[in-house]
Amino acid sequence: MLTYFLRRLLMAIPVMFFVAVFVFLLLRLTPGDPAQAIAGDQASLDQLEAIRDSLGLNDPLSVQFLTWIGNMAQGDFGRSLISDRPVLEMIGQRLGPTVALALVAMAMTLMIALPMGVLAAWRHGGMTDRLVMAVSVIGFSVPIFVIGYVLIGVFAVNLRWFPVQGYKALADGIGPFAHRIFLPGLALASIYIALISRMTRASMLEVLREDYVRTARAKGLPEGIVLFRHALRNAAIPILTVIGTGFAMMISGVVVTETVFNIPGLGRLVVDAVLARDYPLIQAIILLTAGTYVLINLLIDLSYALTDPRIRYQ
Amino acid sequence: MTFHSLKTLGLAAMLAGTVALPAWAETTLTAVMQAPLRSLDPHLSTAQIVRTHGFMVFETLLGMDEDYQPQPQMADYVVSDDMLTYTLTLRDGLMWHDGTPVTAEDCVASLMRWSQRDGSAQTMMEYVDSIEATSDSELVIHMKSPFGPVLELLAKPSPIPAFMMPKRLADTPVGEQIPEIIGSGPFKFVADEYRPGDQAVYVKNEDYVPREEPASWTAGAKVVNVDRVVWQAMPDMQTSINAIQSGDVDLIEQVTIDLLPLLAMNEEVETGILNPLGAQVTGRFNHRLPPFDDPQIRKAVMYALDQETIMQTAIGNSEYYQLCPSIYGCEVPLASDVGAEYLEGSAEDRMAKAQELLAASDYDGTPVLMMQPTDLTVLTTQPIVAAERMREAGFAVEVASMDWSTLQSRKNGWQPVDEGGWNFFFTYWGVAGIWNPLVHSLINGSGDDNTWAGWPVNARMEELRADYLTAGTLDEQKEIAEEIQQIAWDDSFYFNAGEFKSVAAWRTELQDIQSGPITLFWGVDK
Repeated sequence: MLTYFLRRLLMAIPVMFFVAVFVFLLLRLTPGDPAQAIAGDQASLDQLEAIRDSLGLNDPLSVQFLTWIGNMAQGDFGRSLISDRPVLEMIGQRLGPTVALALVAMAMTLMIALPMGVLAAWRHGGMTDRLVMAVSVIGFSVPIFVIGYVLIGVFAVNLRWFPVQGYKALADGIGPFAHRIFLPGLALASIYIALISRMTRASMLEVLREDYVRTARAKGLPEGIVLFRHALRNAAIPILTVIGTGFAMMISGVVVTETVFNIPGLGRLVVDAVLARDYPLIQAIILLTAGTYVLINLLIDLSYALTDPRIRYQ
Repeated sequence: MTFHSLKTLGLAAMLAGTVALPAWAETTLTAVMQAPLRSLDPHLSTAQIVRTHGFMVFETLLGMDEDYQPQPQMADYVVSDDMLTYTLTLRDGLMWHDGTPVTAEDCVASLMRWSQRDGSAQTMMEYVDSIEATSDSELVIHMKSPFGPVLELLAKPSPIPAFMMPKRLADTPVGEQIPEIIGSGPFKFVADEYRPGDQAVYVKNEDYVPREEPASWTAGAKVVNVDRVVWQAMPDMQTSINAIQSGDVDLIEQVTIDLLPLLAMNEEVETGILNPLGAQVTGRFNHRLPPFDDPQIRKAVMYALDQETIMQTAIGNSEYYQLCPSIYGCEVPLASDVGAEYLEGSAEDRMAKAQELLAASDYDGTPVLMMQPTDLTVLTTQPIVAAERMREAGFAVEVASMDWSTLQSRKNGWQPVDEGGWNFFFTYWGVAGIWNPLVHSLINGSGDDNTWAGWPVNARMEELRADYLTAGTLDEQKEIAEEIQQIAWDDSFYFNAGEFKSVAAWRTELQDIQSGPITLFWGVDK
């Protein structure tokens, strides 16, 4: 297992290198000028040129790339062209809210979607099944920003149970943290609740037809144990895959939720960086996202072995 | 629990309350600004948000009052009779935020850095013989020949005000950002709480000694009545509206006009215009490329476009826009009706004139490439309306949609359209950045590569702009400014599409909000 883990980690290096080259070249091919974002609309060409010179943007591409890669190899991801702050410091400021939001949303998803999916499969074809499917269709169909605004309108503006916007870190206390993150977490979770409840239902339906489930019931085991210990565990592999990729998608796709609820996370940072052509910041965030995907995929693969003892990695 | 212990607990709670009172009494004003603050060097950027940030932390030697007059701010001044010597004496008690005193040497270094970045300051420096510190508190500007607007430039609020900073920061090369934000202004910048693009925090500068004159725009007493000001970026306007209604924020600097009805019924929120100057929407020709290298074809566009249609589509509510021919803004001292003939009559009559002019021109049907920014709401609709009017006049028009960053970069090139060039685009200018011929970048007629995009060439315009700089009286300045305005219309330097005002919203707890060319946070109480 350890050998497999290390081998997979080593395989990530060329993947990350390819991502680095691709992102670097793509950004340089994109029209736009970071110097203009710094100097503003009214700057003269001479002034823009002076800024480009000081930022090294007039150096040949190969020099810029090698400098960037060389610095990264020493753990230096560079400074933001616009704010002149270290890129890692800026990402550090924004990573916490995004990860917290994704974790809360995933926890909500699991707490709601797994029972929904199991229940729908157990009551296949009945009223409960149809209700779960209807909820899941709504979760898929309604955009997150609409769900966000509806939640804000009902629970924050009218009932005043929750704040309309903003974020408090866990360090500020569990109460303020939970109070602020509940609505955005629920909004972000909505689409994943739909996805994972459907996946759970489909996977459970297959498993519930298996002989060992019939045997378990024939032995007189309580239905709860049959469903959750025998059936759900055997249905878990496709569900785990969706949960893993879903989490990675949450990390990289929270921008709408962050915007609607004004959460200062990575999503908003990357949009700002792209609009301002802040190359080092964009490159670092994309590399971080790619790394997250690689790591999560690896963890998903390893989790298969934990849930299914028949799977062994060499 | 006994009565005694309850009493003790109550007393302890009261004491704790008393001890904690100063912390609880801290007043924080939270504002959503018109754009997120991403860079901090006020000499480096012309962005409005950086300018507003600059006025929080830094000061200028002179301030501009609501009558557009320069007034003493950091320094009092004396001008020699021959207009060749300006003596500026720093007022007592000026300290940088790092605790060191402000010296004349700091101010000389700041003026030198500012003059490398600001276009009109560069023009002034051509007339300057020397700037020197004659003592710790006195600096003298010696001119080679008289230059009218010296005081005005030292006081101007836009696009790059003459902010003062310690010499060690002012010596930073002009292409680099200053490493620290140390000014002498009424607020101190809290670097530890700054999150670029998301949050900027300022605290009251307890050591600041305000002037004694009443506050007026960027001049007079800058008395700070709140302990902290927090700028929060909110990319979604609906979120900002929700936040001000719930009391999460106290002020929104610019509310989208179409969302104002959401605030109209809330008695806890007021709306109004804080910046009386507004902004002018401008349609710019590329004078170097066909077809707009031909003045007759440009003139056809001037008649085809219609201020009312453009502003109605972009702003909608006529309470917040104004139509006038003045290229300097509708309500400034130099405003005049010269050039009004291009806006007279009905839109149909002017369209007929445009069709006639175009038919008589050498226009060969080559498509005009009009750039349209899609991520800047205030400039998204104008190209669509303008393109329709130009098509009706007989032009072939291609609207190229792109993000604002791409447009800004593309506008700087004059290569042919099929190689990434352009023919026409809209932008807008705060009136404080165009209110006289010295600062107005769109009427530069030198055609020089280094001038603002469009590159018109007109020798008479350049003579007049030079004359304006040495004009002695306001009447002389007005006369020259009017002739400049006539040329700008006749030679179609750009299309003035009208002026709009930004609407702010604030909670009623805020008192004495100040009006100014930027949003001002001194004077306001909560």
